[in-house]
Amino acid sequence: MVAAVQLKAISKKFGDVVAVDNVDLIIEDGEFFSMLGPSGCGKTTTLRMIAGLEFPTEGSLSIFGEEVGTLAPNKRSVNTVFQNYALFPHLSVLDNVGFGLKMKGVDKKEIKVRSMEMIELVQLNGYENRKPSQMSGGQQQRVALARALVNQPKVLLLDEPLGALDLKLRQEMQVELKKLQRDVGISFVFVTHDQEEALTMSDRIAVMHEGNLLQVASPEEIYETPANKFVADFIGRTNLLEGTVSDNQTVILSNGTPIRASSNFSPGTKISVSIRPERATITQQTENGDSLSSINGTVETVTYLGNARVYNVQFAWMSLEVREENRTGVELYEPGTPITVSWEHDAVSVVAD
Amino acid sequence: MAIASDQSSEEDRMTPQFEKVAEKKESRRGFLLALPSYVYLIIFFVIPLIIVLVYSFATRNRFGGTDLSGWNLESYERIAEPIVRTILFRSLWLAFLTTVICLLIAYPFAYFLATRRPAIRNVMLVFVMIPFWTNFLVRNFAWRVILGNDGPLTKTTEFLGLGTQELLFSQKAVVLGLVYGYLPFMILPLYAAIERIDGQLIEASRDLYGSAWQSFRNVLLPLSMPGVIAGSILVFIPSMGAYVTPEILGGAKTTLLGSYIVTQFLTARNWPFGAALSFVLMAIMLVGTVIYFRKGGRTL
Repeated sequence: MVAAVQLKAISKKFGDVVAVDNVDLIIEDGEFFSMLGPSGCGKTTTLRMIAGLEFPTEGSLSIFGEEVGTLAPNKRSVNTVFQNYALFPHLSVLDNVGFGLKMKGVDKKEIKVRSMEMIELVQLNGYENRKPSQMSGGQQQRVALARALVNQPKVLLLDEPLGALDLKLRQEMQVELKKLQRDVGISFVFVTHDQEEALTMSDRIAVMHEGNLLQVASPEEIYETPANKFVADFIGRTNLLEGTVSDNQTVILSNGTPIRASSNFSPGTKISVSIRPERATITQQTENGDSLSSINGTVETVTYLGNARVYNVQFAWMSLEVREENRTGVELYEPGTPITVSWEHDAVSVVAD
Repeated sequence: MAIASDQSSEEDRMTPQFEKVAEKKESRRGFLLALPSYVYLIIFFVIPLIIVLVYSFATRNRFGGTDLSGWNLESYERIAEPIVRTILFRSLWLAFLTTVICLLIAYPFAYFLATRRPAIRNVMLVFVMIPFWTNFLVRNFAWRVILGNDGPLTKTTEFLGLGTQELLFSQKAVVLGLVYGYLPFMILPLYAAIERIDGQLIEASRDLYGSAWQSFRNVLLPLSMPGVIAGSILVFIPSMGAYVTPEILGGAKTTLLGSYIVTQFLTARNWPFGAALSFVLMAIMLVGTVIYFRKGGRTL
């Protein structure tokens, strides 16, 4: 099967600044693919290169096997949903949606029929004669989606489309977008800096940092076995403990404590150990609490989140965050209580620095 | 309980009164601030305008003076005379030509300007203003030298074997001078309008299969229309009533409305006719301005 989008050794430089550095990437047809990273990591530049709004400095870029590196954006069968929607303020919703078809020279009657169909699909019936300025952010978002999808692109590019919406609306749109993607069956390339959003919606995620691709994998894989310290830290909350690999079953933490953690790194390698807050548990302190998968400590602070409590546990040489779901029968610990933090050995992942 | 509710209702009654007092104070302060402008406009604009209006209905006497009696519409009727009509249409045509040429030159430049980095923009904006540092009259005489018989232009065309170009004292020279003089008035509103347009809209147009030309035609041009209209009015109106440039570069064959009005006052000593012509000119400009505001422009 031909990849929907393929990047081979793509680099983009702006003057001396390297925005995207030698990236290889394959996006399959029909998948919901997210590019995730902090601002300035090169994710938007990568998206813009696929759209044709930037041309790569080096490398090869193809869409369904056709090399498009320096092809003008209007000659590519991809469409973009822009960050602030970029709806045409002087055109009605109907004319905004029909813009792409009009540019392609589609028959006027057909433009109207297809635009109305699309407006219906995004549930904006009755709004077709409004101007974008007369609509809410969520509605504008739908217009932007309709305007892109009406052209039946082979790939839909989305540049942080949910960033401007408030939390509740954003969560609704996440579900809707995912459903829409399944319905139309084309690949969505979704740029975001919100890791939760990426985890919820994506089939696969590419994590980027400083122009480099750090890891491309499914949400589960990225969360459970992050490729390195940056990915572990960026995706979800985690406790990162520095240490050295002792053998393929043991890591010596920086204060000399040995813990059980399997890895393929050669002995002596400096690494970090990632323990997710929700994968550790707190129990009453016992005599032999210190072991290869538990440490004795004291509760420092408790943060109440409604559905969970986050304990900050203090040790002689560091602190850990532990998250306990707020289930019935869960024991509560006051600050100052001596406790034991323990975890299953598969809750620990060893990541490269 | 009863006392408490009485008090609160009294307070409720008080509040609108305070608001009224505050509103009155506010409007009085506004009037005082605007007073100098009102006085200036009344003394130097409204009163002279009324005088001109009154004169346009008066009669010229045999000695070139004006009799403020025997009110009539004769001066307005004279506007239908062929020579006046010719001058009026020539003025309209040249002003239109000037506006179109200014638009064609200014639009690409304004777009270029609006898409540069802020530092470069500011420098270039200063360049646009530099001609204003020199007196308008002096600059027009400079064009006379450039276009003149032994001027650099003729020398160049002769050197290139294109023969002698007799531009001076022609309509071409007048349009050239007007375009030169009023170009900044076209550039600035266009720049302001284009600069406000979100560049992402052009990208969106290109992304939606629009070619560069289609994107200009369907997105950039309609969105910059307020600037186009504002600039056109700012160029068309002064071109229509221009006096200095046609006088210096146009010569006798290309009398325009501005010069014709001056002639009526100074040479022909027909003040009522001159006044009537002035009013017709103002009416034309008023119509243009009203059209602009009807179109919803806000940039003036």
